[in-house]
Amino acid sequence: MSMSPARLWRNRIPRYRIVGIRCEDCGRAHYPPRPACPYCGSRNVKTEEMPKRGKVLSFSITYSVPEGFRARSPLVIATVELENGVKVVAPLTDVDPSQVSTGMPVEAVIRRIRESGRYGLIGYGLSFRPLRFGS
Amino acid sequence: MRRVYVAGVGLTRVGRHFDKGLLELAAEAAFKAIDEVQLKPEAVIVANMLSSTLQEQDNLGSYIAGGLGLSGTQAFKVEAGDGSGGAALLAAYSLIASGTVSSVLVVGVEKMTDYPTSTVYKASSQVLDAEYELYYGATMASLHAMMMRRYMEKYEVPRDLVSEWPVLMHENGAQNPFAQIRRRISKDDVARSQIISDPITLMDSSPLGDGAAALLLVSDDEASRVQSKPPVELVGVVSASDNVEFTARSELASIPAAREAAKKLQERFGVKAGEVDVVELHDSYTIAGLLLLEELGIADRGTAPRLLSEGRFRAGDRPAINLSGGLKSRGHPLGATGVYQAAEVVMQLRGDFPGLRQEGAETGIAVSMSGVGAFVSVALFRRV
Repeated sequence: MSMSPARLWRNRIPRYRIVGIRCEDCGRAHYPPRPACPYCGSRNVKTEEMPKRGKVLSFSITYSVPEGFRARSPLVIATVELENGVKVVAPLTDVDPSQVSTGMPVEAVIRRIRESGRYGLIGYGLSFRPLRFGS
Repeated sequence: MRRVYVAGVGLTRVGRHFDKGLLELAAEAAFKAIDEVQLKPEAVIVANMLSSTLQEQDNLGSYIAGGLGLSGTQAFKVEAGDGSGGAALLAAYSLIASGTVSSVLVVGVEKMTDYPTSTVYKASSQVLDAEYELYYGATMASLHAMMMRRYMEKYEVPRDLVSEWPVLMHENGAQNPFAQIRRRISKDDVARSQIISDPITLMDSSPLGDGAAALLLVSDDEASRVQSKPPVELVGVVSASDNVEFTARSELASIPAAREAAKKLQERFGVKAGEVDVVELHDSYTIAGLLLLEELGIADRGTAPRLLSEGRFRAGDRPAINLSGGLKSRGHPLGATGVYQAAEVVMQLRGDFPGLRQEGAETGIAVSMSGVGAFVSVALFRRV
């Protein structure tokens, strides 16, 4: 992916704060934000900050990583169901891949996700880590 | 609406064609299709996904048409990810059925082997959401892996039973001269092969390969003018889209667009996917093949692996599934794949498929899909 400052800037709020949408007509919430509700088609949607905790619904441990991710292999990508039922696809972090299981409680953190070359832009984003007792 | 017939088909064996570029691949398949009836098409529709990214070639319609000596025709590229082939069929069918043109050459072509695997994986994963999936390093394999894990947990299906799919695909593909990987494999081979994206192994994944396939479609008027009357009709094409982002799906182990396309097939043509003689469907990964069987209504939910283990869906059964070997064994040259599937169904109905055959087949469907199901199309063919 070729990163540009404007492109990273434009998505900073939804990406760093998990801001999605809630449909004022059908009441369902969705992430990432879209101009219309993916469930009922209504344009009557409002942005809404999503909860930061949830559980792992499913996950994959990727060894055959795409270009730019070799240093992070194996990459654990999960579908997390947040406390309000909204689903998010993001990497898991601070965890041994062999310790990941479905149903595992997790919380959102910001992590460095990608770089464009050694001296280029750094892309940050969402990751989830296991929810530890007391955290 | 005018009826649409298949006047010619052409295929290139899927594989690593280091000596051939997009044009040479396309020419091999397209000339075979055209030469069946010696007819210059009025339009050329190119099905392709990655020429813009991997070959840095846009304007693909004119590029291919011109290169094939068909400049002057109406030519353009249709892109719907790795479901481009099915989308191109829909466009071609509509152009002829509506009376806009009388003949269309559909050429699916994809060139994937010039670069390291990580480059191609990244490019092919552009079917996902760029900002919220690809950005994080998610790939086609990792999303399918999440579907597969969910499927196995939800329906309590063990790894061994899931492996029925790739084993059957390789059994079928071993006899297809156009298949990329022509050898049988065992369930042990599947479980022990390299892990791509756990729980998906190498043997759950379609191989990377170059390929081209072509179909020459004509109107009924044109069909009566060509030397030998085309024996197969393209009855129609239905399709459905779904959100590109995986998170919109209420159940991860599902492909809602396939369910929707099957519903349209029944509403428009009165045909149930499970009642045709031959099916070629999109198994980019094992789980995609299993889920499509269930979403199209050919198998009940959670039962596809068990039915396979009981011997269903082989040649002679109705429907017979992926006698070509499917994406797993025949190969998956992304944008070209949907055209391969259509050509294979046509050859089954004509009785001249050079691999495993479904004897006496009268109806068949080619099911094309993009990504984890953001686009699904079903093309219905009938022997006349």
